[in-house]
Amino acid sequence: MPQQLEVINAGVSYGAQPVVRGVSFELARGEIGCLLGPSGCGKTSLLRAIAGFEPLSEGEILLHGRSVSRPGSTLAPEKRRVGMVFQDFALYPHLTVAQNVAFGLRGLKGRLQKKRVDELLELVDLGGRQKDYPHQLSGGQQQRVALIRAMAPRPDILLLDEPFSGLDIELREQVARQVRTILKQEEATALLVTHDQLEAFALADVIGVLGEGRLRQWDSGYDLYHKPGDRFVADFIGQGVMVPGRVTADGCVETAIGCLRGLFMQEVEAGQRVELLLRPDDVIHDDSSSFRLEVVDKVFQGAEYLYTLRLHDGSDILCLVQSHHDHAIGEAIGVRLQVEHPVTFPLQSSGNN
Amino acid sequence: MTGVPGSSRFSPWSGGVLLVALLLSIPVLVVVGYLFEPAGEVWRHLAQTVLKDYVLNSLLLMVGVAIGVLALGVSTAWLTSMCQFPGRALFEWALLLPMAIPAYIIAYTYTGLFDFAGPVQSALRSWTGWGYGDYWFPEIRSLGGAALMLSLVLYPYVYLLARAAFLSQSICVLDVSRTLGNGPWRSFFSVALPMARPAIVAGLSLALMETLADYGTVQYFGVSTFTTGIFRTWFGLNNAAAAAQLAAILLLAVFALIVLERGSRRQARYHHTTQRHQALNRFQLDWRQAGLALLICCGALLFGFLLPAGQLLWWALTTAEENLDARFLSLIGHSLLLAGGASLLALLLALFLGYGKRLHGSWPVTLAVRAAGMGYAIPGTVIAVGVMIPFAAFDNALDQWVRDHLGWSSGLLLSGTLVALLFAYLVRFLAVSLQTVEAGLGKIRPTLDEVARSLGTGSGEIVRRVHIPLLKGSLMTALLLVFVDVLKELPATLILRPFNYNTLAVRAYELASDERLADASYASLAIVMVGILPVILLSRSITRSRHAATA
Amino acid sequence: MSIQRLFVHLVLMIALAFPLAASAEGEVNLYSARKENLIKPLLDRFTEETGITVNLVTGKADALLQRLQSEGRNTPADLLITTDAGRLHRAKKAGVTQAVESAVLNKQVPSSFRDPEGHWFGLSLRARPILYVKERVDPATLSSYEALADPKWKGRICIRSSNNIYNQSLVASLIAADSLQATEKWAEGLVKNFARPPKGGDRDQIKAAAAGICDIAIANTYYLAGMLTSKDAAQREAAGKLAVYWPNQSGRGAHVNVSGASLTRAAKNRDNAIKLLEFLVGDEAQSWYAETNGEYPVRSDVPASELLGSWGSFKMDTLNLARLGELNPEAVRLMDRAGWK
Repeated sequence: MPQQLEVINAGVSYGAQPVVRGVSFELARGEIGCLLGPSGCGKTSLLRAIAGFEPLSEGEILLHGRSVSRPGSTLAPEKRRVGMVFQDFALYPHLTVAQNVAFGLRGLKGRLQKKRVDELLELVDLGGRQKDYPHQLSGGQQQRVALIRAMAPRPDILLLDEPFSGLDIELREQVARQVRTILKQEEATALLVTHDQLEAFALADVIGVLGEGRLRQWDSGYDLYHKPGDRFVADFIGQGVMVPGRVTADGCVETAIGCLRGLFMQEVEAGQRVELLLRPDDVIHDDSSSFRLEVVDKVFQGAEYLYTLRLHDGSDILCLVQSHHDHAIGEAIGVRLQVEHPVTFPLQSSGNN
Repeated sequence: MTGVPGSSRFSPWSGGVLLVALLLSIPVLVVVGYLFEPAGEVWRHLAQTVLKDYVLNSLLLMVGVAIGVLALGVSTAWLTSMCQFPGRALFEWALLLPMAIPAYIIAYTYTGLFDFAGPVQSALRSWTGWGYGDYWFPEIRSLGGAALMLSLVLYPYVYLLARAAFLSQSICVLDVSRTLGNGPWRSFFSVALPMARPAIVAGLSLALMETLADYGTVQYFGVSTFTTGIFRTWFGLNNAAAAAQLAAILLLAVFALIVLERGSRRQARYHHTTQRHQALNRFQLDWRQAGLALLICCGALLFGFLLPAGQLLWWALTTAEENLDARFLSLIGHSLLLAGGASLLALLLALFLGYGKRLHGSWPVTLAVRAAGMGYAIPGTVIAVGVMIPFAAFDNALDQWVRDHLGWSSGLLLSGTLVALLFAYLVRFLAVSLQTVEAGLGKIRPTLDEVARSLGTGSGEIVRRVHIPLLKGSLMTALLLVFVDVLKELPATLILRPFNYNTLAVRAYELASDERLADASYASLAIVMVGILPVILLSRSITRSRHAATA
Repeated sequence: MSIQRLFVHLVLMIALAFPLAASAEGEVNLYSARKENLIKPLLDRFTEETGITVNLVTGKADALLQRLQSEGRNTPADLLITTDAGRLHRAKKAGVTQAVESAVLNKQVPSSFRDPEGHWFGLSLRARPILYVKERVDPATLSSYEALADPKWKGRICIRSSNNIYNQSLVASLIAADSLQATEKWAEGLVKNFARPPKGGDRDQIKAAAAGICDIAIANTYYLAGMLTSKDAAQREAAGKLAVYWPNQSGRGAHVNVSGASLTRAAKNRDNAIKLLEFLVGDEAQSWYAETNGEYPVRSDVPASELLGSWGSFKMDTLNLARLGELNPEAVRLMDRAGWK
């Protein structure tokens, strides 16, 4: 049984300028994947290449075991059985909601078509809005219509290009979870593109982080956070600081906050200078601790305060504390470390590679 | 086609676009070609005597028309789209009516009405007992009068485009302006007007190009402009080369105008940042404001349409000697046929070129499409000659070849047929439909195509199921604008038409130029009446497209 | 979809309705600068009498000439009719006409109103006299075109723009009669006497004079005739205030021009075309010009209409009209320099 989507060593170029290079990953049937990365990382280009709107400059794309893109050969989008949801929703202003949803339902006629449309509208809580025009819907409703329109013909894969960026921020996570439920109910295979990691975590089973045109890591959200494969991923996913240290002979990392045993993502030698990723939740506030650091900044986040603490060597670390522990800036508070597998990277003069 | 639109490689389509554009540029090229022919010492004579007048008068006329069409067009567009006052729905379409009146005909009627010997001044004199020189009355047959006449019939271009722009503006941006402490008037000048600027400039450039090409009005009013200069040099001085060179200079001016217009569009992108439009909440005017609004709209309608049409009707009923016989009916038939044929062809070509540019927008294609629209500002006679010369040359060359190789004569295949005439119409009016179609295509976001393709829809089906319904308003507009323009067109029709083939415009011209204005009223009135129907349809299609265009 | 079906129907209808074929054998094809209503009735009469169909395109003389030149030997046109001799002369110079040897034409058309080599023949005469307001001008104070430059007429003369061919011909005739310098000086004087900048057509000058803007109008007689016979009472009243004065009667005579016709060099229906020419100088056609359009017959033996007769007989400038065509560009430049708008 072939995978639903296989991307093998794929590259996309605009003219001579490569924007995506050597990307490989797979999606199984019913799996929801996500391409996550900062703007300009090439994620949308890759998605458009999978849809058939951009040609490949290298590698290959297979849908359901069928080769659809190779350099010099691009199967037209309309022949791929992909569904796509665009950032601007791209609903047809001249068609009603029902007509929009039925747009791709070529094989289904009459009653069957109506049944499928009604069923999908019901699925997204828009039953009864069949005869409305898109401009009569709210942004979130338009988004859902765009989604079911793409899903209606039961495509082999559903592609979503920043589908939530047109929505209000407070709505995004909630809508993303709804969409996940819908996708799972329809057993759809989907690939999402976004720059928002919370969206990615809420929706996807598996996430690929793209940076500067390369796929950095293809993993679950948990592993991306806790076991980032490189500095780029570590920086991009979650909060945290890099604390400089030195590897001792017994494999411990000597830092300003003590010697920590960690998970080495790359081979290191004794005596080598490294950096250690310290997430805010690795630092526990403990009034009884004798290890006290000065608060230089604090941000209220509802349930928690995010404190910035100054180390003795002048560098800062972050600490997440329940919000009833309200300390003033300038105050010194006791902390201790609770690090299971601190991630370390060899120290580099610059950059993330 | 491969699955990738926008690839800049050469395609049959862009080849076709280049070919069509080249064909349509032939008349312009023929004119420009004369630049290299020596025109003798005529130029020194022109420079010493009349050239300064031509340039100055043309410039003044353009300034006058610009002020006139902007004042009339923008104010009426704003009032009918954003304000609520009695009669608004009526004015919405009625304000377009002056479009149906050819500029030379409004000039005749106004002269008839307001000239020294006309009824208005005569009545004034008989009331007051004044004689000539005892009182001042604005002279209608002057530069100012010509600017007024042209403004009265050309303002609908600005009205049409400005209104569409105002209607598509999100009311939110106006509300934002209000919350920032700007009153409705300030909001209009600081937000709505700048946002509608590209549309207004587009309408203005159409009006100015028509102004440059106008011959009938300025000639009748005795205003020497560049265009009358071209004819005087050609006919009077019998110097075709110098006349063509003047025309070539006119072309350069037009080109500058086009570049200016494009430039003003490029500098700022006026897209709406939000896709949410609220239903228009028109400003409710109080009675004084409503009175003023009524005055403005009534004024435009009265002076641009009712007065001239009424004068024509009066003439037709009282003094005209014209028989409404089969011959007159055939004039209507010919006019309808030519206008219908030309507007359909222009629409198809505009679609072809517009799509070519959308799909294969390389610079040669873009340039070619621009060149194909150059003819709009060229006087019809110049275009006609630019069509006549190459067509006849082609026919004669073909005839020579047939005689040499086959031993018989093919004669004139294209010259003197409706093919040549339709071609001239296309050269002259393609700009109108092209502009409209391009604007319509521009509003169809590329994602609308892409979503259709990802849903398994092929190119042809996308055009049928997505583009045609979305473009319907623009296509209608393009069709009707060219229809009305061809209906009014005179000079090219006069020169290129086949034997025994007269139109309403030709008939009206022949009688009017024989100084039988009253007798010309039947044909003039028929032009106006045939032109009104499309104008009303046009307005309706625009109002309707508003409902579908916002999403 | 109804809009698409409508489209298809329109395309089909229009495609079927377009006549593309040229005329049939033996029919006479005519390019005419005379307006349709001033030639078509005569053509219809000709067809009635002879059974020969005549096909007509009207237009401006220069455009028709350009069309003739471009079409070259394949032109369908057999005849070219213009409303002034200058244009016929231009056509001859351009090599698109041919000589006609016809005893009828040579007998009926006086020699000053036809080309010495037979390339063109005058069909009717259009005279351009001085019209004066009877109430305000004593005809004894009038004499010649030349005398109109006298300062005593300051602000009293109405005449149309120099764009007009009738004025160009008139000035050309003055150049022919005297010198370029003298005529230019005359034109400068005349421009100083204008009551207003030139505007409108000949009828407008007559109306202006009647309304009191000026005392003298220069216009072709048939415009005055047209106004006098108009259905519009105001026009009749205005025209009635003016009278015709024939200038230069003691000298070369009043300025006249012709409307005339040429046989094209490529004419394919030569014989029938000449028949048409002969018909146009026949009795019926000649009196039609006078009765219908207030033009003078080119033949002296055909009486002018009653109205034309009421203005008296007059001496015509006998200058061969080909000369007017030659001098036309010179005349235009002269008027440019004199500031005659």
